[in-house]
This record gives sequence, structure tokens and C-alpha cells, in this order.
Amino acid sequence: MLAQQIVNAISLGGVYALFALGFTLIFGVLNVVNLAHGAVFMIGAYAALKAVVVLQLPLPVAILVAMLVTGAVGWLLEKFIFAPLRARQAPHLAPMIATIGVAITVTSLIEGTFGSENLRFPAEVLPAEILSMGGGAQITWLELEIIVLAFALMAILLWGLRKTGAGRALRGLAESPKAAALMGVNVEAFFRVTSILAALLGGAAGVLIALYANAVFPHMGQPMLHKGIAVVILGGMGDIRGALLGGFFLGFAEVLSVAYIGSNMRDAIAFGLLFIVLLLRPQGLFGHVAQRRA
Amino acid sequence: MRLQKILSGAMLALGYFAGIAGAQIKIGAAEALTGNAAQYGAPIRRGFELAVGEINGGGGINGQKIEMVIEDEQGKKEEAINVFKKLIFQDKVLMLFGPTLSNSAQASDPVAQSAKLVVFGTSNTADGITSIGNYVFRNSVTEADILPVTLRMASQKTGLKKVAVLYGNDDIFTKSGYDNFKKALQDLKIPVTTTETFAKGDVDFKPQLTKIKAGNPDAIVLSALVAEGAPMMVQARQLGITLPFIGGNGMNSPRVFELAKDSSDNLWVGSPWSVENPAAENKKFISAYQKVHTTLPDQFAAQAYDAMYIVAQALKKIKLTGKLEADRKSLRDALPGVQWTGATGPFKFRQVAGRDGKPAGYDAVQTAIVMMTKSNQYVIQK
Repeated sequence: MLAQQIVNAISLGGVYALFALGFTLIFGVLNVVNLAHGAVFMIGAYAALKAVVVLQLPLPVAILVAMLVTGAVGWLLEKFIFAPLRARQAPHLAPMIATIGVAITVTSLIEGTFGSENLRFPAEVLPAEILSMGGGAQITWLELEIIVLAFALMAILLWGLRKTGAGRALRGLAESPKAAALMGVNVEAFFRVTSILAALLGGAAGVLIALYANAVFPHMGQPMLHKGIAVVILGGMGDIRGALLGGFFLGFAEVLSVAYIGSNMRDAIAFGLLFIVLLLRPQGLFGHVAQRRA
Repeated sequence: MRLQKILSGAMLALGYFAGIAGAQIKIGAAEALTGNAAQYGAPIRRGFELAVGEINGGGGINGQKIEMVIEDEQGKKEEAINVFKKLIFQDKVLMLFGPTLSNSAQASDPVAQSAKLVVFGTSNTADGITSIGNYVFRNSVTEADILPVTLRMASQKTGLKKVAVLYGNDDIFTKSGYDNFKKALQDLKIPVTTTETFAKGDVDFKPQLTKIKAGNPDAIVLSALVAEGAPMMVQARQLGITLPFIGGNGMNSPRVFELAKDSSDNLWVGSPWSVENPAAENKKFISAYQKVHTTLPDQFAAQAYDAMYIVAQALKKIKLTGKLEADRKSLRDALPGVQWTGATGPFKFRQVAGRDGKPAGYDAVQTAIVMMTKSNQYVIQK
């Protein structure tokens, strides 16, 4: 049983990490708590579903379509919410409240358009073969692909941030927008790119969880958002490695608490552990000391 | 053109006078027509409309037509109370159908009880609804009556010795289903390997299922609605769990075959109604439904359709005076005696005890049909 539970935890943790990456990226660079990230995640799932069902596209292409769609949503968010509020030097809470509005509006729109019922990807398009692994564990091709894709996207992002000039600029920007601007970084352009990139990752996470769990519905972003916030706080707000590690931490905490304690304690244990970690390290696993921002 | 206008004007006038001559019988319905519960409320509405169309088409009741006032209660407690008040005090209906969910019925049925008019649930199956008072009726068979029958049949047919239990612990319907399963399992002396829970809106059930698999049960007893139950079946099959699932009312929906296509085999459910039931009344209902709608009816439509006919039988027996209070009371007094055979089979009422132990409202007495899914279809088990 343990081997299987570890497989479950890795797949689940991968999706959590992918979701949290986008969330933390926006916080780190734009300094905004983006509560619309759950809605973006949900849009990704619907976009891929419609690409498969209506446009008859193969699954990999549909995932790309979903990322393009959510990327566009990210661009809209930046253009109509973040940028204007930034230009007016609105207080911190303003963009956060605005994103709550976006989340509610978008969820209602989707509910009105596609109905509140659960939908699913047609069984035919999902790879269904089951691979047997050691220790009685089983993994479907689908789960394997989800894990590989989640890790690939995270690796690309990490590599890009570390090794490319744009990545360095972005990290500099996260450290201090003013200094980055003085160094000749086009700050506004990078804000735009970040918002798009974050939404794109959120959209990918949405498709993956929809495939993993076999369910697409308008309110699917809400529980994910709560978990995403927890992961990001655990990892340290705005820290990429923290989001990764936090995602897997939550995945393992949930799965193992079901396995060894009880499923009615699933969220209680996972969030209880998180609370303890924060008591010991209030800045999160990789968080900067708070004064550094000031 | 002109002739048409005159004719339609004349017809309007005729209709108007006919309306006065045979005053209509106003019946209210509060159902979830939007929101999450609309997937149950919509077929309920179609069931009512189908029955009213047939009854009015056949000359109505003692010469009077039924007029339905349907309001949306959105599947929410607060809205159900609001809508009940509007129908009772503003529209002055003779009686009320609804609301869609047991959760809402707990909150809104006391309003009807204290206003002294019949409230008739067609889809409330949780415990304790009809114990609210003697104006509360339902024709939806409770889970307490159905689940033991399902369990007994599944255990006879599959020879199961021990089961795992999985239920939603944050919803009155799935929790009440669990309580009834638990009691039935004790009565049948079937041991439980493990009891696992989930919450509404959860999407990942693999940790629970993996744990269940490790306990090596012969079947999984499931108290869930289709929205969670169907993905659960898919995920179980992905983990190589081929065990039978034994479900409650919530899993008796053709939507299982959409949401868990190709993973839906070996699900056991019980219900008074089955799309496969060959009884003449059911055949008639299904073909009438399909003349108007493109989809197959479900249990919710069937129960609403029958409920309207049950009320019609009571209305035939009484003489309406036009005095609202007296009419509401005489309908209440006539209803418990009705016996009817409809799409859901032979039906009669049974009085239940209230919370104070005195006689209160009325539950349904009906025989359950147990079905098992095979190749994306329900197969009746005998």
C-alpha cells in the first residue's frame, strides 16, 4: 500500500506545486496576492475540455490550447487590473480585492455558459493502460504523463529563471523593481510576461488535475486556491523552490494522513502540519526575512 | 390578418370566461431550477408539467384545470423559505410541492406546516423530514427503506463477506445515507474493513481507495452523489480495484454512464423506479416523456410525475369551496387515503411519528427495485 500511496502523493503534489508556482510568481514579481488564480486554473480545464470535445483536437494539443487561453487571461488581468492599479499606486489590498471580483465573475460566467454540472474528458482520449510497478503499486499512463509534464514545466521554469538573461532580470525585478528599472530592465514588459507565465502554469495545472481526477466543474478552483495559498506560505511567499517543495509537502501530508490516520482528518492533518511549520519558521521554508523588503 | 385578430381575441375572451366558470386549482412548486441542484430540479419540473398536461388534457379534476406556479428556490435553504412564503401568502396556492433538497426541506417545511397547507416532497429522502408535522408528505422513498434491500440483494448475489465504507461527511444527504448503511450492515452482520470519508467538491480519492484496497474487502459501500461518486469509480478502476460498488439513491442516475463511461460496471443501486422497469404505467410515462423531451427521464422526473397524480386522486375526492383555509385542510385530510399505481409502481402513505412521539407526516410505502450496472446500463436484479 505504501508504494501506491507514494505514487498518489507524487502525482497530487506535482499538480499542487505547478499551481503554486504561478501563484508565487505573481506574488514575488508583482507583489500581488492573485485570488483569481483558482479561476484561471478552472478556465484551463474548460479550455482543454472544449478543445477535445468540440474541436476534436488530440490531448497534447488541447493542453497547449488551454495554456494559450489562460495565458491570454493572464495578459488581460495584467492589462486591466494590475497595471492600472499599479499606475495609480493603489494600496496593497486593492489588487487582491479586485482579483476576488474577477474570480467570482469568471466562475459565474462559466457556470452560466456550461452549466454547474460536472463534466469529464471523453474516456476515449485518455490513455488508459495500467503499468504495474514494484511493491503492488500501479500507475496509469495518464498519471505518468501528468507527473512528467508537471516536472518538465517546473524544470523549464527553474532553468529559465536561473540561466537566461530574462530570468536574471526577472529575479532582479522581484528583489527590487526600482533597482531593476535603473539597470535598464523594461519593468512593465516583465510584469506582463510574469502575469502571462503564471496564468499559463495555472492553466496547465487545471488541465492536469481535471485529467487526474476526471472532473471539470465551475467551482473546482476554490479548494485548489486554498491549498495553493497554504503551499506558497509554507514555502515562503514568492519563492520558487519553496512552492515546489511546499506542493509536494502538502501532497504527501494529505495522502499519508489518509493512509495512516484517517480520511476525515485529511485536511486537518495537512493544514495542522503546515501550521506547526509556520510556528517554527514564520517566514516559510525558503522565505526571506521580512525586513529585507522594507 | 384581421380575421385572425378577431378570432384570437374571441378565443382569449372565451378562455377568460372559461377561467371564471371553472376556477382553476392553483398548485405551487418550489424547486431548484438554477445552481448546483438544478440537475435534480429540472427533471422534477418536467415530471410535474407532463402530469399536469395529461390531467388537464383529460378534462381536469371535476371540471377544474390545474394551474401550476413554479418558483426557483436555487437549492438554498434561505431561498426555499422565501419562495414558500411567496407561494403560500402571495399566490395563495392550495398546496405546495418541493423543495428539491432534504437540506432545504428541513428549513422550509415548517413554514408550510404552520401555515396549515400540504407540503409534498418528491425528492427528499433524508431522515426526519416528515416528522416535522402532519401537513408534510413525500412520495420519495427514504434511504432507510431502500438501502437494506439493496445491501441484502447485493450480498446474496455476490456472496460478499466484508465491505469497506466510503461516504461524504459534510452533507446531510450522504451522511444520512451512511447512517442507514451502517445500521443495515450491523443488522446483516457484515463486518466493515475500513470507513473512509471525503468532502463535497473533493476531486482526488486515490488515497482513500488505495487504503480500502489494502484492507481486501469484497465490496465498497458508497454514500455519495454522482458528482463525486462517478470520478471515484473511475479512479478505483485505475487503481485496479474491480470490486462491486453498492450505492444509495444518489448514484441512481443515468449520468453515471456519462461521467464514469467504461468504468461504471458493477454498481448496485436500489430505487422504486427504474428506466428498465417493464410495467405498463412506467412504459406509458417514459414514452410520454420522450415525446416532449429528447433525453430519458430519471427517478426525479418519475417521482414528480407520480406525485401530481397522487394529489389529483385526493382532489377528485373532495369538494373545493373556494375558501382557502377550508380547502387546504380538506385536501390534507383526503391525501393520506390515496393509493396509486404509477411509474414508480404501487404506492400508499404511511404515517410517521413526530419528534414529540405524536403522529406527524407521511412517508411512502413502495417496493425497491435493485439494479446492477453492466455495459453502461442498469440491469434489474431479481
